[in-house]
Amino acid sequence: MKAATAPRSALNRERLLVVDPASAAFSDFSITDLPRFLNAGDTLVLNDAATLPASLRVAEDLELRLMSRLDDGTWLALALGRGDSQEPTEARGEPPRLDAGAHLDFGHGLSARVVSVDARFWRVVRIAFEQEQSELWQALYRAARPIQYAYLDRPLSLWDVQNRYVARPWAFEVPSAGKPLSFETLFRVEARGVTLAHLTHAAGLSSTGDPLLDARLPLAERYEIDEHSVALVNQSKARGGRVLAVGTSVTRALEAAGESGVLRAASERTALLLGPNSRLHICDGLLTGLHEPGTSHYALLEAFAPRAVLDRSFQHAEREGYLQHEFGDSCLILRGALGQAPLASWAA
Amino acid sequence: MDISGKAALVTGASRGLGEALAVELGLRGAKVVLVGRSRQSLEPVVRRIVEQRGEAYALEADMGAKTDMYPLAGAATALVGPIDILIHNASELGPTPLRLLLDTECEDLERVLAVNLLGPFRLSKIIAGSMALRRQGTIVHVSSDASVSAYERWGAYSVSKAALDHLARLWAAELAGHGVRSFSVDPGEMDTEMHAAALPEADRALLARPVDVARAIVQLVSADATPNGGRLEASGIGAES
Repeated sequence: MKAATAPRSALNRERLLVVDPASAAFSDFSITDLPRFLNAGDTLVLNDAATLPASLRVAEDLELRLMSRLDDGTWLALALGRGDSQEPTEARGEPPRLDAGAHLDFGHGLSARVVSVDARFWRVVRIAFEQEQSELWQALYRAARPIQYAYLDRPLSLWDVQNRYVARPWAFEVPSAGKPLSFETLFRVEARGVTLAHLTHAAGLSSTGDPLLDARLPLAERYEIDEHSVALVNQSKARGGRVLAVGTSVTRALEAAGESGVLRAASERTALLLGPNSRLHICDGLLTGLHEPGTSHYALLEAFAPRAVLDRSFQHAEREGYLQHEFGDSCLILRGALGQAPLASWAA
Repeated sequence: MDISGKAALVTGASRGLGEALAVELGLRGAKVVLVGRSRQSLEPVVRRIVEQRGEAYALEADMGAKTDMYPLAGAATALVGPIDILIHNASELGPTPLRLLLDTECEDLERVLAVNLLGPFRLSKIIAGSMALRRQGTIVHVSSDASVSAYERWGAYSVSKAALDHLARLWAAELAGHGVRSFSVDPGEMDTEMHAAALPEADRALLARPVDVARAIVQLVSADATPNGGRLEASGIGAES
């Protein structure tokens, strides 16, 4: 499937592939059609994490990408070698080895020390910034830039990588399922009697350039769901409403905090991996980007729909010119979405 | 609304009304982010709040620079959490002594609009989405009587504040059903450096004290009955000159 090569400049142009696991049917819509698939009493859950500038250049042959912020205030970072954003991460040169105690100067008043090096993956290091509080955040925003992608035709700015409803900067890459959602669409969803709820999930790196490390993604990522959103979701489920997760990050957080079948407030980490054999306790549907087979994202989709249905739907999407990756089109997987009166559908 | 524990962001907080607003919010228990062009000028105000057991942080930003806005919002929310109270107080007069429109450079008008209008729009656009999602938030736009009266030589500032008033109404119109309030406040004539720069001959004894105006504005923020989309005058809400 082709990648979207730039952030969308026109509003509401993203396409929406609707997949109904119940009828094994799929159909083409626009993202602005999303409200018609939701009913009063349903809940749409969004990840409100803003995207950090997570790429720090130390030297020509060393870029550090922040991966995770740990509870003690230190950060996990991935070292990449020579090369720039035009090259895929797997084509980047080998970075110099970093030892514990090494001093890193990022310029712009930001510096750090290497606390430790991962025993198995030496390119993963734990660093402690030498600045604190407002001094740290200001210096980080000055010194770092958003993670860039080789398939894009121009560099990304911070404005390009934020969803429209962001708050705290927890995400290392954009939680991209929310990118196509305009407030025009969200307010129309709300006007149908659908509740909007939110959580914050620190969406992590999508690629490290190391197949062995990639196979371990996603890492344990922190998330937070407050009592208010928990109440909205639980009320919705108790009344027979459906819960629709916007993105794989939201799905993992909801299922991690809802393993008992009832969602609880949480501020913790989850390494929960979902796949074809997972039983979903909270989520009834998923709004996501279009992913490729073989990725952890695709495996998660199999918790919502059988592999054969997904494969045929996505093959159709590829034929129809849907776009994938961060600024691509959308896919709604929702049982019963096309069950009553689909405008056009194909048996998968 | 109980101010205590809320996250507030005040622009132009190093002096004058912005300083007084930040201190008032801090003393009432809000977690306050103070924004100004120079971190050094903000630090003494932060210290005042912290010494009185408040929570406050200084962030440097140019409200006229689009590239400063996500770094500002990101750093602010990292420090105090999602913003509940956003006060657009930073203002640019333009060159002083103030000039007739025919003597106003285009670039000077653009700079005034960038700080007084585009900056508030950009920052609200970043922050109000989260407010709408959480169904709570208040956006205050600090205006001026120059927004409704056409005083000679106040052209650039006047048009920026007139537009800011209307921006406040428009946010209110679009977000009223989503738990977000927006209004503008005319603080009246105050004894500030900006006032002295604009009208150096003014009798300071006749001017309101920023601390009194700040108290009245924070009262408006905390009052549930404050009219959404309104243009309020500080002199009418308890701050006498």
